[in-house]
Amino acid sequence: MGGPLLEWSRAQFALTACYHWLFVPLTLGLALVMAIMESIYVRTGDETWKKTAQFWQKIFGINFAVGVATGLILEFEFGTNWSNYSWFVGDIFGAPLAIEGIVAFFMEATFIAVMFFGWNKVGRGFHLASTWLTGLGATLSAWWILVANSWMQHPVGMEFNPETVRNEMVDFFAVAFAPEAAVKFAHAVTSGWMTGAVFITGVSCWYLLRRRNQRMALDSIRVAAATGVVAALLVMFTGDQSGLDVARNQPMKLAAAEGLERGGKGAAFSIVPGVEVPGMLSILATHDPQGYVPGTRDILEGYTDGEGQAHPSAAEKMERGRLALAAFRDFRAADLAGDTNARNEARKQLETHVDYFGYGYIQSEEELIPNVPLVYWSFRAMVGMGCLLLLVQALLWWQARRGRLEQTRWLQHAGLWSIPLVYLAGQAGWIVAEVGRQPWAIQDLLPVGAAVSSLSAASVQTTFFIFLAIFTVLLVAEVRILCRAIRNA
Amino acid sequence: MNLKNGLRHAVRLYTDGFRQMTWGRILWVLILAKLFVLFAILRPFFFRPALAGLDEEEKREAVADGLLRQPAAAPAAAAETDN
Repeated sequence: MGGPLLEWSRAQFALTACYHWLFVPLTLGLALVMAIMESIYVRTGDETWKKTAQFWQKIFGINFAVGVATGLILEFEFGTNWSNYSWFVGDIFGAPLAIEGIVAFFMEATFIAVMFFGWNKVGRGFHLASTWLTGLGATLSAWWILVANSWMQHPVGMEFNPETVRNEMVDFFAVAFAPEAAVKFAHAVTSGWMTGAVFITGVSCWYLLRRRNQRMALDSIRVAAATGVVAALLVMFTGDQSGLDVARNQPMKLAAAEGLERGGKGAAFSIVPGVEVPGMLSILATHDPQGYVPGTRDILEGYTDGEGQAHPSAAEKMERGRLALAAFRDFRAADLAGDTNARNEARKQLETHVDYFGYGYIQSEEELIPNVPLVYWSFRAMVGMGCLLLLVQALLWWQARRGRLEQTRWLQHAGLWSIPLVYLAGQAGWIVAEVGRQPWAIQDLLPVGAAVSSLSAASVQTTFFIFLAIFTVLLVAEVRILCRAIRNA
Repeated sequence: MNLKNGLRHAVRLYTDGFRQMTWGRILWVLILAKLFVLFAILRPFFFRPALAGLDEEEKREAVADGLLRQPAAAPAAAAETDN
């Protein structure tokens, strides 16, 4: 597996996904905070809160306008660069993405118009409901996208049909309401709330540093910092739940995130290389200080987990994967020849080994280990910056509550510089999730090398640079429009 | 009658809203330019679906061949068949 075609295809998809994720969390976070602000206005009738909510809605609008449709590029790439993958899972992905497009997007698009155009034209209550429903629409969009992503990490509710060469959905509810999807959704959405809160406190701190719009800035900080603290705690809680899921379903990702070659019971958590907390990894991965956590080598060699379940070695999985592929080949040959008995026999053989289908493409055990340094350091960057952001948000909230924030210049600087940190933390989180699951496009079923289309590497390279140019122009445009809106407030 | 009024009110909300836009105009220009680049340039010239132009059966065959022609799959699977 590998080669320039795969590497450029992955780089292009990563570039697009990272770019898309610059806008999504801010949309989710601003939607929540501006709705809270408008709720305060409706409750108190204080016009200052109305102006504050309107200002953040303007920022929301700019971010929404620049970010809208960037996700569509990912769908273009599915069809062009990942056609094997798209066909292989089309039956599963079709439903969540269609629901996302039809229900959530139209809901968002309808209520966003009322939110922007409806001030003084519709009743306060209706306007407030539209603001909340705009946020709910954006959040529902995220649900269906994360259902699709979660399914790739832990495929459930489907059967592989060798006749159609597709994984076909047999249980919609298992796919749409998988516990792993719920946890992933909660983790991603709460991290979006945190991004919105940090962005608002950061911009407000800039106003305080410039001694401008101080009333609006302090009001915004009181609401946003409280939201940020709650969101950060929820991110930690959902991250803990996500850790349990990863330990259960993707132990290689967890081992890579810890740089753990040899695991065991009472496994230590590595803060940085050479600094460990004994037993902590077992607690995080299993909620048991003596829980068993396998390392990368244990997973390749095969191990028995804490519940006594034996997990086969990589060599055995690869062998069974080859048997599954051979059965698939036999099924197709028998189908073409009209040999019903051979066809049934091949199908039976395929069903026996289909759980390891993707391992048939793996040539070397080492391919099963993701990029450990990248995943290890990304995880630490995410957690470290997340803790720092929680601390800054808590201090901002506390100082604003005591009426001392205007005098605490260093904290205003810290609030402002939290903005790039929250974006870096979010991107690092996705690197852990997506690089950590390599080499799989779909866990255990399809490695990225088999999922990619047969294209020329040069054409993918060309579109990579076209995207890089377009994304850079759009990002510069957004930042300039945002800065102008903030400066002119 | 109420429905008619409601619809008229909704249409007026949109038309007035678009007419009175200030900073929103530049955002609409940005959105339309982006959609033009996406659907009039990138999609037809750079992102034609790899299986475009094939009927369902041809797509199925193309993917199956692609999956079985992978470097790792082909020799191993063939060797297993020989056994």
